[in-house]
Amino acid sequence: MAEVTVIESKIANLGSLVRAFETIGVTVEVSKDPRVICKARRLVLPGVGAFAAGMDELKKNELNFVLGDVVAKGTPLLGICLGMQLLLDSSEENGVTRGLGLIQGKVIKIPSVNTFGVRERKVPHIGWSAIFPSSKKQGWECSSLSTTDSGDFFYFVHSYRVSLANPKDSSAECDYSGVAITAALSKNNITGLQFHPERSGPKGLEILRAFARSDSID
Amino acid sequence: MRNIRLIARLDVKAPNLVKGVQFEGLRKLGDPNEFAERYYLEGIDEIYYEDIVASLYERNNILEIVAQTTRNIFVPVTVGGGLRTVEDVAAVLRAGADKVAINTGAIKSPEIITEISRRFGSQCMVLSIQAKKNHDDWEAFYDNGRERSGLDVIEWARRGQNLGAGEIILTSVDQEGTGTGLDIDLVRAVTDVVDIPVVASGGLGNPDHLVDVINYGNADAVAIATALHYQQFSLREFREKCLKEHISVRVPPN
Repeated sequence: MAEVTVIESKIANLGSLVRAFETIGVTVEVSKDPRVICKARRLVLPGVGAFAAGMDELKKNELNFVLGDVVAKGTPLLGICLGMQLLLDSSEENGVTRGLGLIQGKVIKIPSVNTFGVRERKVPHIGWSAIFPSSKKQGWECSSLSTTDSGDFFYFVHSYRVSLANPKDSSAECDYSGVAITAALSKNNITGLQFHPERSGPKGLEILRAFARSDSID
Repeated sequence: MRNIRLIARLDVKAPNLVKGVQFEGLRKLGDPNEFAERYYLEGIDEIYYEDIVASLYERNNILEIVAQTTRNIFVPVTVGGGLRTVEDVAAVLRAGADKVAINTGAIKSPEIITEISRRFGSQCMVLSIQAKKNHDDWEAFYDNGRERSGLDVIEWARRGQNLGAGEIILTSVDQEGTGTGLDIDLVRAVTDVVDIPVVASGGLGNPDHLVDVINYGNADAVAIATALHYQQFSLREFREKCLKEHISVRVPPN
């Protein structure tokens, strides 16, 4: 059985993620079959694009329910970019859409203007940002970041950010022109990355390697 | 903090990396994959491939090069040249690209911008504008600066954003390949009217040019070609100059 199963979605560009795992010697399969996903050793939920479209893709195969079950049973789950945002309760992107509800909190727009209506930053946030451990914690408290140094740069492309109900679920943050962005979250066997490890050079590949070596349930 | 992106621009006439001046007099420089891989190892932020013959002859030889490049390179890759339909875009993304740059296709049918943006997300849809100075303003050209569109660059940039473009790569045809500096007025005129990121391209010859287009043109990213291809300056020299001038850039791992 593959070490990592990537959840197939029409709206995600899976090629680079699969190639990244292959490059670091991790066996990887792509599937949207609930039976395969139930048995997976480790799961990656990728995604780019709109929140509602991402949820629709999951619902098509009832993966919204399946993911709740596999997380409850302890399967490591890594959400990347939109895949991380889908883990939350809801998103305000194009009206309110319910998410998977595996992490408490919501997905909100990155503000482009300040309270006086003056433009402070461009949205989307596209580019490399340095990430740091979330202030209330010592270290990352996230096994997939074990090889990451404070201040390492990763590639982001997003217009929305997560607002966590429990700040302790945040393991890394970055600053984008004055707004704090949750760069990584972790809770039990769930990890979320707002940035793209598969597009973040050698440091990103190291995160994928660490995830592929994390304890699986078998 | 907002970090400026340094992008290596590779013009490709398959199977070679080429470079001209104002898109003319192309010289063959070698295997594009070797250049791309070197830039990746040196810590480039993104790679931008432009298939510069595709528009003229309406063919797409670049897919193979992209597929090979993205096996070894794990930074974002943008591909442009000759893409006219959603199917063309899907093929390039399947080959491993993250974004597409559309010029001719968008001028001929602007609705393609919206279609690509809806299907693949706006982060994927980069509007490529080739601008030529015309007295006090700039006109958008296509087919590598050969054909006039009649479109005013500033208007076209604004419209492209409204149609769903997530980014603009803005090339000065006049400055392209000259190494004498970017058209800062052009870059400033566009960054003043759009909210999406603007990649400045054409004319970058040394690290001072880079600093100028960021400080005075408000560029969000800069495309570098000649200066890197001919090893006139290293990526490290560009980065160090930025940091010295208090311009934030990614500091790659050693």
